[in-house]
Amino acid sequence: MTAPIKHTAQSWAERAGTTSFNEASARTRLELLLDAGSFVEFIGPEQREVSPHLRIFDLPEQFDDGIVVGRGRLNGSTVFVAAQEGRFMGGAFGEVHGAKLIGLLRAARQIKSIPVLILFDTGGVRLQEANAGELAIAEIMRAVMEARTAGVKVIGLIGGRSGCYGGGGLIAGCCSALAVSEPGRIAVSGPEVIETNRGVEEFDSRDRALVWRTMGGKHRRLLGAADVFTDDTVEGFRDAALELLGLIEPFGLDRLKAEQVRLADRLRSFGACADAVDIWAAEGVAHAEMVPELPADQFIALANNIGRTSRDAR
Amino acid sequence: MLMSMNADARNRMVTTWQHQRDARDARIEAGSRLAHGKIVEARDATRLMEAVIRPGDRVCLEGDNQKQADLLSGALLAADTAKVHDLHMVQSGVVLPEHLDLFDHGVAKRLDYAYSGPQSARIARMLFGGKIELGAVHTYLELFARYFIDLTPHVALIAAVSADREGNLYTGPNTEDTPTVVEATAFKDGVVIAQVNEIVDKVPRVDIPADRVHFVVKSEKPFFVEPLFTRDPAAITEGQILTAMLAIKGIYAPYGVRRLNHGIGFSTAAIELLLPTYGEKLGLKGKVATHFALNPHPALIPAIESGWVQQIHSFGSEVGMDDYIRARSDIYFTGPDGSLRSNRAFCQTAGLYACDMFIGSTLQIDLQGNSSTVTASRIAGFGGAPNMGADARGRRHPSEPWLKAGLEADPESPPPLRRGRKLVVQIGETFGDKNVPLFVEKLDAIELADKLNLELAPIMIYGDDVTHIVTEEGVANLLLCRNADEREQAIRGVAGYTCVGRGRDRNAVEQLRQRGVIRRPEDLGINPLDADRSMLAARSIKDLVRWSGGLYAPPSKFRNW
Amino acid sequence: MEDLSFQHKARSRAGGSKQTAIIGVVASGNLEVLVERVLPGVECRLEIKTAATGFGEVWDAVVADFVERHSPGGLKFSINDGGARPDTVSLRLAQAVRLIEENGQ
Repeated sequence: MTAPIKHTAQSWAERAGTTSFNEASARTRLELLLDAGSFVEFIGPEQREVSPHLRIFDLPEQFDDGIVVGRGRLNGSTVFVAAQEGRFMGGAFGEVHGAKLIGLLRAARQIKSIPVLILFDTGGVRLQEANAGELAIAEIMRAVMEARTAGVKVIGLIGGRSGCYGGGGLIAGCCSALAVSEPGRIAVSGPEVIETNRGVEEFDSRDRALVWRTMGGKHRRLLGAADVFTDDTVEGFRDAALELLGLIEPFGLDRLKAEQVRLADRLRSFGACADAVDIWAAEGVAHAEMVPELPADQFIALANNIGRTSRDAR
Repeated sequence: MLMSMNADARNRMVTTWQHQRDARDARIEAGSRLAHGKIVEARDATRLMEAVIRPGDRVCLEGDNQKQADLLSGALLAADTAKVHDLHMVQSGVVLPEHLDLFDHGVAKRLDYAYSGPQSARIARMLFGGKIELGAVHTYLELFARYFIDLTPHVALIAAVSADREGNLYTGPNTEDTPTVVEATAFKDGVVIAQVNEIVDKVPRVDIPADRVHFVVKSEKPFFVEPLFTRDPAAITEGQILTAMLAIKGIYAPYGVRRLNHGIGFSTAAIELLLPTYGEKLGLKGKVATHFALNPHPALIPAIESGWVQQIHSFGSEVGMDDYIRARSDIYFTGPDGSLRSNRAFCQTAGLYACDMFIGSTLQIDLQGNSSTVTASRIAGFGGAPNMGADARGRRHPSEPWLKAGLEADPESPPPLRRGRKLVVQIGETFGDKNVPLFVEKLDAIELADKLNLELAPIMIYGDDVTHIVTEEGVANLLLCRNADEREQAIRGVAGYTCVGRGRDRNAVEQLRQRGVIRRPEDLGINPLDADRSMLAARSIKDLVRWSGGLYAPPSKFRNW
Repeated sequence: MEDLSFQHKARSRAGGSKQTAIIGVVASGNLEVLVERVLPGVECRLEIKTAATGFGEVWDAVVADFVERHSPGGLKFSINDGGARPDTVSLRLAQAVRLIEENGQ
């Protein structure tokens, strides 16, 4: 039998640099994000902690209930990680899925010195586990805030195909900082929901350029809803995580108040803008309509030029 | 006809051989009352139809594979059925709902066509329900041929990008069927009516000369055209990649296939995206896949950019590719204005005679190798596949792959009398969409023929034209099969875990494998575990845009940025 | 959902020393395979939970061919299947064996 060619040809570093974060599975993202071989899984699939609800709906389970949690090292330093599998039930939160993330955050809160990286890839809460899912979102948000109060840096990495929607978007808003890529999206209501509720004139969900202008990674970076923009590679997210770890400052009441001021200012400045292009133009971007076509390195330079939006608010 | 005329008319017929010309002149005169020169306002389009078209006329409505003369089809649909009825529609494609509404409303009665993909379910219902009198389902080239013999249109309703005031037309990248339709209609005393996106002082190039065009209607919005040939690399699966590797190493390489046509599909898209990587690794650049009869597939961009392709002639265009094509005139056919010039009739002819291989996918294959896309509830027609996917017995010029295939098919004949064979390859995974098996004991097409009282079952490609079948289980070379039994076992031998596959005679299949009639991945030195998405030269639409240097502008539905 | 179970004796024990490996995702047309080195000798077991019911015979054929080809002795395979095609199943099983036979802990 012919020997497989893949594994001998590419080193871990090469793979990290060429693997699309958007396309990779949760496990592959962790394998290539963390220092080679450093990942240790908590409540792994062999524990078979599956959803207690899906059987009732005659739906298949996944052994890790769609989220991989554990610890690893990033440039030698220990981090806690949680990666959602966006292709299992749209990465949606269920009872067990949520509980794994809550447990990880509470452990971080106790230990205080280990940061948490959350690789979001979620459409929100599972309809089949709606109550448990909503409770989990609330408990996660509380756990994030308690961990941050205890001094833990909680970083969100957003670049998967399911985006970061619904309760995931709410949790992301509570994180210390966010890194996002071009295909990544961050919002609460999804495009179809907006169209159904507000009509197609208000929001045409099939206009994908509009969807990405409104919710996509580049806009989130320019608006200041995300702190760092990266190219769509696992290595890019790794570097972004390292950068953010170096930049996040201590959290407290002052920071929360500053964030309120920042958000109020933002609403004042851009609240009347009809489209993201108007916001970018108002921020001083020349040829704002060309932003979606800019390659990653040019966009990053542009975003940095506009001025790093004050993250100290978070 | 003679019976319904009066004595004068009959006298005229006896003494003149230009009756049709007179009739055409009368139609034009009637239509001219609505026109300024040749230009008719959009709001008068229906009255133009009523003035120009007579009951029972043969009308060709574009109806192409891609572009649709949607304003004119809407105008025709709104015609007063007291004046316009029982038309015989002759058109390539039944694509818009209006095309079938014409039959529901009694405007049209009879239909000859080639392709009905988007309307395949409704047309099936209407045919079963007796609402359409079916002439026949054709291939494109076959229908075009009949435009010149026995299906010549009285009126052609065509779509163009722009016209000048004289009536010269620019059909642009989506020229497609128009020159053929106009040739048959204008030169046999028919009337040609064109809808255009705009009227200009000077067209960028003259695709259709003015003296073949009788009326021009400017539409409020551009004619309908949809992307049909764009396949998102993100959707290509490992199984499709494996079949692509098998095709490249098992067929393209050993036969040295330089001139070819790819049917549209994910397996062929995978082949296109594997040429710069897997094909490069095999040292095949310049030796295979150099000349294509092919629409401007975005998935071929990496291979073009990597120097694989010398020339492409296209049936039509593809949304988003205009700027890329303009910048690559060394590869594509372009006019003096720089934009693509496509031509379905010539490209189909090229696929028939100037290509050494057709490779494409289908929905069902039976034990003789006959294939069909017809199912119990959907009739998609034929399009161009039967034409591309058939041995061209009128061909005379030799080529290496053609002669090699001919030798495999018929090793006994003396070489000077031994014709070559076109490679006709069916490629696909053993289970298709919704896990429906590709291989069946009996085609749905047979049942359909029975139900509709058709003389022939709608077979897309006949088993005796197929030379190879490629699935994830391997490559079956039907040229090397000596009889129907061997053929059946060769097919079962690559039919995987379908019922047909599980019904194989294991010994017979093993013997076929020994002879090289069936080759498994490992026989070709391919490890199925290597069929990995990292092998694709582009893994997303964005990658294709990057490969094109930003020239490819994908339509909205393919964006994730 | 349908539960299926198969037991075989392989030609030999699977190579490598890793105790567990996992591959795949549960989604329409896909499946996850958890493989654990927990059985004695050349015994091999596959426990399948599948969303596509009525395909027992096909699974039987796929599994038999897989055992014959890859000799997964000592391995237990637990599968959650979202209705994947047989060739996808074969691929994931082969990927699972490769993973657990890989060098590493």
